[in-house]
Amino acid sequence: MSGRVLVGVKRVIDYAVKIRVKPDNTGVVTDGVKHSMNPFCEIAVEEAVKLKEKKLVKEVVAVSCGPQQSQETIRTALAMGADRGIHVEVSGKDYETLGPLQVSKIMAALAKKEDAQLIILGKQAIDDDCNQTGQMTAALLDWPQGTFASEVTLDGDKIKVVREIDGGLETIKINTPAVLTADLRLNTPRYATLPNIMKAKKKKIANVKAADLGVNLTSRLETVEDLVGKLKEAGKV
Amino acid sequence: MLLRKVSQSSAVCGRKAADLCKKSPDFSQVFPFPKALNEEQEQFLQELVGPVSKFFEEVNDPAKNDALEKVEDKTMEGLKEMGAFGLQVPADLGGLGLSNTQYARLVEIVGGNDLGVGITLGAHQSIGFKGILLFGNKAQKEKYLPKLATGEHIAAFCLTEPASGSDAASIKTTALVSSCGKFYTLNGSKIWISNGGLAEIFTVFAKTPMKDPKTGEMKDKITAFIVERSFGGVTHGPPEKKMGIKASNTAEVYFEDVRVPAECVLGEVGGGFKVAMNILNNGRFGMAAALSGTMKSVMAKAIDHAANRTQFGNKIHTYGAIQEKVAHMTMLQYVTESMAYMVSGNMDSGATDFQIEAAISKIFASEAAWTVTDESIQVMGGMGFMKDSGVERVMRDLRIFRIFEGTNDILRLFVALNGFQNAGNQLKSLQKALKNPLGNAGLLAGEITKRAKRKAGLSTGLTLQGSIHPNLAQSGDLTVKAIEQFGAVIEELLVKHGKKIIDEQFVLKRVADCAIDLYAMVVVLSRASRSLSQGQPSAQHEKMLCDTWCMEAHDRVMQDIKLLRSGQSKQLFNNLRSISAAVVENGGPVPSHPLGF
Repeated sequence: MSGRVLVGVKRVIDYAVKIRVKPDNTGVVTDGVKHSMNPFCEIAVEEAVKLKEKKLVKEVVAVSCGPQQSQETIRTALAMGADRGIHVEVSGKDYETLGPLQVSKIMAALAKKEDAQLIILGKQAIDDDCNQTGQMTAALLDWPQGTFASEVTLDGDKIKVVREIDGGLETIKINTPAVLTADLRLNTPRYATLPNIMKAKKKKIANVKAADLGVNLTSRLETVEDLVGKLKEAGKV
Repeated sequence: MLLRKVSQSSAVCGRKAADLCKKSPDFSQVFPFPKALNEEQEQFLQELVGPVSKFFEEVNDPAKNDALEKVEDKTMEGLKEMGAFGLQVPADLGGLGLSNTQYARLVEIVGGNDLGVGITLGAHQSIGFKGILLFGNKAQKEKYLPKLATGEHIAAFCLTEPASGSDAASIKTTALVSSCGKFYTLNGSKIWISNGGLAEIFTVFAKTPMKDPKTGEMKDKITAFIVERSFGGVTHGPPEKKMGIKASNTAEVYFEDVRVPAECVLGEVGGGFKVAMNILNNGRFGMAAALSGTMKSVMAKAIDHAANRTQFGNKIHTYGAIQEKVAHMTMLQYVTESMAYMVSGNMDSGATDFQIEAAISKIFASEAAWTVTDESIQVMGGMGFMKDSGVERVMRDLRIFRIFEGTNDILRLFVALNGFQNAGNQLKSLQKALKNPLGNAGLLAGEITKRAKRKAGLSTGLTLQGSIHPNLAQSGDLTVKAIEQFGAVIEELLVKHGKKIIDEQFVLKRVADCAIDLYAMVVVLSRASRSLSQGQPSAQHEKMLCDTWCMEAHDRVMQDIKLLRSGQSKQLFNNLRSISAAVVENGGPVPSHPLGF
């Protein structure tokens, strides 16, 4: 048992920013706009670091897929207590079409490469709201999944997960290795302190290419029509 | 020989604001706008900005702190954990080792959120233990800095006494050395000490009798000491009830027969005044940075109101009265911000001679912030007056900034007199040349030509061309003209008053105002130039800010110069003097009531 946890962290537009649509209607303005770690990914990192502090896991590895700036997001995870980072560099066209399918393939490949025992992800990203990556990753690895986790307890080689579902709460017990996705009430992420940010500078971030992991980034989705900014008339009931 | 004399008087040591008072200023430290961070420092700083902002937005509650008249306990704990108490302490002693520019950027965030917390942090590290950073020996640094960096110990700066405020050299606290020479006995009381009730470590200034090596007589000289509360004999009074920065603890501190080991002398025995001035000078840039953040915050509220409030059928921001206020606020904030990072950038680049610029930035920032906040309340109307909007608290917090750390009135005298000193030195070399006119014919001829040109309103060859972006040429011209006339009037005043200029405070105030406006012009030219050269998205807007500022500043400076030159000024100043004397004698306004009773 490696005792290693992989945590996926995504760089998204900060939740407090007022989103503006690009003049050519091809999406949202991202240049010069404040970005930060997806809030659910913060909760995932916090949970992983807490497990390490309780000595239930040995190493927390933060993973991010994206352009150069994703390294900032990994550094925030390092400042919160992750031990090292892996940056899978994806930029340009590949980044525009990067979605849960590609990311879950990457996470699965890394889990095997790093001999991970546990993968913790945020339940969804606040920019695309897909809510798919955790589920797809578990399926690709044929691992059990504990999604929408609001409470996680490690019990020997099993994990007890309390899940937030439509009807209320559901408690399940799953085997390890497993994939968990963090929901809002799982924990309250710690503030990265300035001395920890300084210490994080010394932690390593490895650079990896998707191709090296045997992952094809081609998207199977094609944008047929973009309705961003076109819906100007009030709806009729 | 001649050429050397001429070049000596104009090139000098690259001083900038002081230079404005000379005939041939050296702008090498103002242009280009300093870039004081290397890539690693910049990246590190960017990582710090997020968490610090987040902490202040989510955890710190300025209204609560103001109401409680103290910083909430959980906030203090959070700040300590965050590392906010040791920003400039070297990393190997437990701090973050930030440069002045990095410190300024973080302090800007604090200023934009809660000035009460800002003063608590500033009194601790910007002045409280800065002396140890600047003048401490290795043993002192290793002993005290680690606990100060984590906030386990809080520090305070103890200079002011009931009878000694601006007149710092007149302090009466005494530190008498023991006969064995191993310790000092400290006695006295200090007032209005920020963190006085919280601190464990105090930087205390006291009079120590010393033998003058030349005359052998005993003289009282000031010495700086590191005093620990644990030495015994250190007590403090209750927290003062203040107009603003209520969350910051301000208290009297009493020293009664405190035994201070000789190892706690900070710097040299008898060199305390220099220590005090250096500490204050070193921390001053922080104020401009913090206040530029405060102005941004307050403006955001006013602008939001102006953009959304409808009266008489239109959003009020479409009305000229509001537009003028918003535009002026914007320029004041732009200038302050530019000064803050110019000064911190110069300090980080190794400049040792930045005292005038730091003083100017303090005067400008404190007055600009007051005006901006006042006008923001005006824009917001009744809402601005209400506690809930959060702006009245900022107004109350800001008032002290024009008073402490060197009152703006004293700092103006300092700015003006420093300028005169420089001009005076130049004149001295000129006067020497006058004593030997034949030998110095070339120098004199050059000077005569310059003066003739100046009198005729022609340029004397001073130019900013090449230093600033061509699009700013017009503003550059206005600035150069103003600098030249200013240089001329300085000389005329020196010739007129000689050494007595020191006592002419009516004159000195106006001279300082000109120097401040001129420095501001030069600083925004530098910043706007850089933005234009770098093709920044806001470059055109910055050009407009720069041009507008220079237009108005030029007019103000010319107006002041006109007054200083006019024969009327003497009469005006005499009148002001007499009015004041009469009113003081009367204990109040003199005129009898219009109604007769």
